[in-house]
Amino acid sequence: MKKTWLVLAGMLVVVEFLVIACNSPATSAAVMKSGEKVYTQTCLPCHQADGSGVPGLNPPLKNSAYVSGEPAKLIGIVIDGLSTGVEINGEAYTNLMPPLGSTLNDNEIADVLTYIRNSFGNQAKNISAEQVKAERK
Amino acid sequence: MYKKCNAFLFLLPVLLCAVYIAGCHSSDSGKPGSADTATARHDSLKLPDGFKAVIFADSIGKARHLAVTNKGDIYVKLASLKEGKGIVYLHDSDGDGIADERSSFGNYGGTGMFIRDSFLYASSNEAVYRYRLNENGKVQQTDRPDTIIKGLIDRHEHNSKSIVLDHKGNIYVNIGAYSNACQATDRVKGSAGQQPCPILDSAAGIWQFKTNLVNQGYNNGSRYATGFRNVVGLDWNEQDDQLFVMQHGRDQLFQLFPQFYTAQQGAELPAETMYAINKGDNGGWPYIYYDHLKKQKILAPEYGGDGNKTARGKAIDPVMAFPGHMAPDGLLFYTGTMFPEKYRNGAFVAFHGSWNRAPEKQKGYFVAFVPFKNGKPSGQWEIFADNFAGEEIIQAPGDAAHRPCGLAQGPDGALYVSDDNKGTIYRIVYAGK
Repeated sequence: MKKTWLVLAGMLVVVEFLVIACNSPATSAAVMKSGEKVYTQTCLPCHQADGSGVPGLNPPLKNSAYVSGEPAKLIGIVIDGLSTGVEINGEAYTNLMPPLGSTLNDNEIADVLTYIRNSFGNQAKNISAEQVKAERK
Repeated sequence: MYKKCNAFLFLLPVLLCAVYIAGCHSSDSGKPGSADTATARHDSLKLPDGFKAVIFADSIGKARHLAVTNKGDIYVKLASLKEGKGIVYLHDSDGDGIADERSSFGNYGGTGMFIRDSFLYASSNEAVYRYRLNENGKVQQTDRPDTIIKGLIDRHEHNSKSIVLDHKGNIYVNIGAYSNACQATDRVKGSAGQQPCPILDSAAGIWQFKTNLVNQGYNNGSRYATGFRNVVGLDWNEQDDQLFVMQHGRDQLFQLFPQFYTAQQGAELPAETMYAINKGDNGGWPYIYYDHLKKQKILAPEYGGDGNKTARGKAIDPVMAFPGHMAPDGLLFYTGTMFPEKYRNGAFVAFHGSWNRAPEKQKGYFVAFVPFKNGKPSGQWEIFADNFAGEEIIQAPGDAAHRPCGLAQGPDGALYVSDDNKGTIYRIVYAGK
């Protein structure tokens, strides 16, 4: 009996830990919600609600090394845009990515990139406002 | 990293799970998107009574425009290379309406494809090439085309070069604007429209060149018509002896000017427009757009418009207007006799399907028909061939199984439609009485 209580108590500790982890500031629903808001207003028209993009024109945001890879490169694309076209998984995408550095602030860019890196099947590390700030020239 | 807490549920007793779910429930609002739904589930096309479609060829690559020889063979231009080649030849040797021979050549991707007399014309995104056809309508010297036009501007956006010929030795080439609305910074909210728009000198119009000269550049050709943002579908109307084009209207009225447009207006406006072109005509881009609901030319918001101010100036009116963003990629005037009287000399328009109606649902993904009488539209447009997408509701282009792009007419009067998503070539025939 004592053993059972010990196991249950142990589980409670694990659960408490998970509850805290799930609500910790860096991964909070608030960040995702803020990121989703920016995504809907700014990114969705081209990259679509499900992040699937538009074949031949606007790159998908799923299964993309640009999204899940090196944060600095990704942050740079949002700040400075991309007008050279891009190739992802053997497919060319020709539309221009507008520079959004003057439209979005550091927090908005951090939140939207955290949202994108944890949506559409992506699982990559959060991006902080400090990281965004460091990429501004 | 955003926590995927649900995976741990299996490890915990039911009671504790309840606590856990209560703790983490709110984080579900940022749930990852659903998996890719563009799976094969295409049903047959929906067509008017008496018509039927067969799949002439499948999986040939990103099939853009296509042309049919007088023997009924088909040449298709691919947007990008498939197995290193950019033009596909299709032949139906037993006459059952399905291609049974296939070969390919050409080391460039592109869109344009046109046949006149004994030549095949094909375009890359910066040049136009010409191949001689032999007496059987076949290209023999596949590796030695004449380069008739070169050095056309290709800045990625709107870079496809559609082509059509008249009967006087001229070829017309669309050069699309490398911009949405000629803002100082393309597609950025608050960036003003450039006045005058510097893009118009070398793009956003239709250029005319000679069919029988080689290595022509901008200095050899002439700007036949200007102020057309991006034309992909174009054709020569034989009754009018005149060029007709389909313009892709500008994007993002709502996203760039939410003070003037609702999301729904941004999805519906501006119109996709059909123009009958004379030399020197101006379509008005980027200064104006056409509102098919108001039936007026409206001043673009980048140039002082507010969604209501009508446009001054000399821009021509379209001869037909369609709902916004459906992306007219193919135009064909039907000159055959296989189809019923109603269709003769009328226009088929292949709508590739929208993406910029988001967050509203998408539209297009069909072939429309516009009846013509004496070279002018004689009634409203209607959907002719539908269900390319294989889905009723399209939220994103990735949901569509097939996307119509090019149109061509066979010597027997059959209508061919290309699909640049799965590489399907449809042959549509009339079998009714």
